[in-house]
Amino acid sequence: MSEIALQAVGLARRIEGAVSHTLVNGIDLAVNKGEFIAITGPSGSGKSSLLYLLGLLDAPTEGEVIICGEPTSKLSEDNRAHVRLTKCGFVFQFHFLLPEFTSLENVLLPMRAAGKMSEKEMRERGLELLASLGLKDHANKRPNQLSGGQRQRVAIARALSNRPEIIVADEPTGALDTASTEQVFGILREIADQGRTVVVVTHDPALAARADRRVHIVDGKIHETFAGKGKAELEAAAPTVSRV
Amino acid sequence: MASNLLFNIAWTHVTTRVRQTLVGMAGVAMGVGFTIMMAGLMQGSQIDFLRQLVDTMPHVTVQDERRTAPPQPADQEYGAVQMSNVANVNNRPGIRYPESVMASLRSWIPGDVAPSVKTTAIIDHGGRIGVTLIGIDPRQEIKVSKLASQMREGRITDLARAPNAIIIGQALAEKLAVKTGNSVALIGGQGTEVSSTVVGIFRSGLKRVDEGQIYTMIGTAQVMMGQSGIINELRLRLNDPLSAEKVAAQVEGQTGYKSVSWEEANSDLLSSFAVRDFIVFTVMGAMLLTSSFATYNIISTITNEKRQDIAIMKSLGMRETSVRRIFIIEAAIIGVVGTFFGWILGYSLCYSWSQITIYNTLTGTTVPISIYYSPMHYIVAGGISLLCCTGAAFFPARKATRVHPVEIIRGAS
Repeated sequence: MSEIALQAVGLARRIEGAVSHTLVNGIDLAVNKGEFIAITGPSGSGKSSLLYLLGLLDAPTEGEVIICGEPTSKLSEDNRAHVRLTKCGFVFQFHFLLPEFTSLENVLLPMRAAGKMSEKEMRERGLELLASLGLKDHANKRPNQLSGGQRQRVAIARALSNRPEIIVADEPTGALDTASTEQVFGILREIADQGRTVVVVTHDPALAARADRRVHIVDGKIHETFAGKGKAELEAAAPTVSRV
Repeated sequence: MASNLLFNIAWTHVTTRVRQTLVGMAGVAMGVGFTIMMAGLMQGSQIDFLRQLVDTMPHVTVQDERRTAPPQPADQEYGAVQMSNVANVNNRPGIRYPESVMASLRSWIPGDVAPSVKTTAIIDHGGRIGVTLIGIDPRQEIKVSKLASQMREGRITDLARAPNAIIIGQALAEKLAVKTGNSVALIGGQGTEVSSTVVGIFRSGLKRVDEGQIYTMIGTAQVMMGQSGIINELRLRLNDPLSAEKVAAQVEGQTGYKSVSWEEANSDLLSSFAVRDFIVFTVMGAMLLTSSFATYNIISTITNEKRQDIAIMKSLGMRETSVRRIFIIEAAIIGVVGTFFGWILGYSLCYSWSQITIYNTLTGTTVPISIYYSPMHYIVAGGISLLCCTGAAFFPARKATRVHPVEIIRGAS
């Protein structure tokens, strides 16, 4: 039996106000370790909201998110931040790199925040990550000196820097050209193949089909779940990612 | 959270906004610099004035009177009867056994004591001017006053060289057009008139003293007063002028005579200094507070510009307090560097002011402006400035870091 890395139990997120909204409505979902799942759905269906709840960026109004067997609903904000820092890696539609820092410094940021490694070890790992994503020569460049695809790869390297169990990506290819999209998706696929759990929100059904599983969301609920085509489709397109 | 990471991010923020940072630092530097200058000027002038005041007068004066009127004979005789319009019998027969009292005081006071006779007289030299006549013993007086060093012409011991000799203040000498060796008529309260020779001229620096006080031998003063053998004042000079109040209280307790410290004698002046201090410190505080508004503006601008970075740092797992600390460190960097330059500015301003000479109406001379240099000015101005800067940064930083990262990430997407 597969080990569950991420689980949502009766997950709901409502916004109360003059006009109340239900963003996520009672979702039950279990993601196995090393599984690559894609969350799809029309705009406003609640897929990003679900992703933020799964990545502890947002707190549910009901239900529970269990990360690596640890329930999180009763954690303080500081402890939730610690779980994000150590167990989750985030990739967003826009790279969100700190503009004043170089690629390497951006990758070092989560490691330095965690403070578990020496400066030398962190730099070695940062360079190793960048090299594995084909950015060896761009370590000392600032984000404005990189292309869109390169920035997104730096963001992926940053997400991987603390060796998180789970990678959470929200439309990571949404702002990229076709070639970069293929490349980034291929990298995420490789990450999953190396044993990490990857949860990706995407609009692109073709890309979603390459995931191990596709979860289609409508009106904050799981509408359908499909098995994806998996790794084989990506073999030709993706650059090889060394084990990081 | 590694503090060097927070410092690193803060340093990057301030160094990539050079112009804003420099404006902030300049604001802090101006506030600190002018505060130090004002403190130095204010305290310098005050200390200079007090030094002259303390040098000119005895630290403690024991007078031949009591704080409260003694019981009147009529009251003592007819205790049960209310009597009105009975003259208050309160003669001032001088200090009894002054030599014994002085010997007793000398045994314990941290300083010295000298006798004197204080009375009023009129100098007649073409015009008549009322003065305070102080009879002194020159050999003992030099131990309790700076009169010897204040002599501009003649010496204090010259009083013994001629009968009824007097030493007068420079301002009075100029007023009367009197020079050393001239004779003037001295008229006492009892109508006694003697011819006195001016044997010396002094300048204390206090106009009211230089214009209204003259010195003579004790014997002459007693003659002018019409009470031979009387000593009506003991003048104490202490090693530490600031202990005057305490010593005065002890002397009064011991002798029963009213003992007035220099602080008590100038209490109205000192209380006006206290009011002045309060006003000046309020203005200085306001200057430092105002300078911190520059920091507030800069941190507000940075936090607004960095909302996306704040969101991403929080989403990566940095705690709210850590992110907030980044902006407080930025303000502290601006504050520390600004304070450092403020210290240099403050010292330079103080030095520049001390090179300026002004006409001192008090002394009638042109003197450099008195500046008091104290490390405390620098520490206090720097400390308050840093406090204001970090305080000013706290509120925009708190507001910015409370933003939910999802809102920013969604907005950016």
